[in-house]
Amino acid sequence: MPNKPAAGTSAQQGFVYLPLIAGWLVPGAGHFLLGKWVRGLLLAAAIVLMFALGLAMHGKLYTGAQDILDILGMVGDLGNGALFFVGRLMGLGADPVQVTTADYGSKFIVVAGLLNVIAAVDAHNLRTGRKES
Amino acid sequence: MFRPSHFTAVLLFALFASTVFGITQRETPRRMFRYGIYCFALFVGSAIVLSWVMFLIAR
Repeated sequence: MPNKPAAGTSAQQGFVYLPLIAGWLVPGAGHFLLGKWVRGLLLAAAIVLMFALGLAMHGKLYTGAQDILDILGMVGDLGNGALFFVGRLMGLGADPVQVTTADYGSKFIVVAGLLNVIAAVDAHNLRTGRKES
Repeated sequence: MFRPSHFTAVLLFALFASTVFGITQRETPRRMFRYGIYCFALFVGSAIVLSWVMFLIAR
């Protein structure tokens, strides 16, 4: 069964992966591009706040690939898109985890990245018409 | 440094995750809201139940 096109002419024009890529790079941006302002704002607020609270708890941004858990952590962190790269450039999340709340923070950052991937895929589904509204 | 209690961390985690789940997994605003509340309740409820289970096992 063919996919239904999303409502509006803008959904049928241009690069189909733009909302996916924009949503990955900037949380909520994929939904903003599709005119879903409230959803985009709520998604951006949830993901950015989760990432920021993770850093505020002295959570770790994974960079190395010493073992499988570090690799998985880095994959999750990369889901944050630009937040991850900006955080690394600013030297955030580089301290070793020494207290319990820092461990919570590391998990917050990883989960924020995974949630951002879900949000970006949702924007892609809206763009292709797989999700109706 | 932000130092939440374990339960506060659970509440924050559940709030953010259920917000994203609600918006992305349902199609209408009403169903999104209801699914978000449902996910939030499951996150917090399961954390409380598992905490009691671990407490009882540790005794």
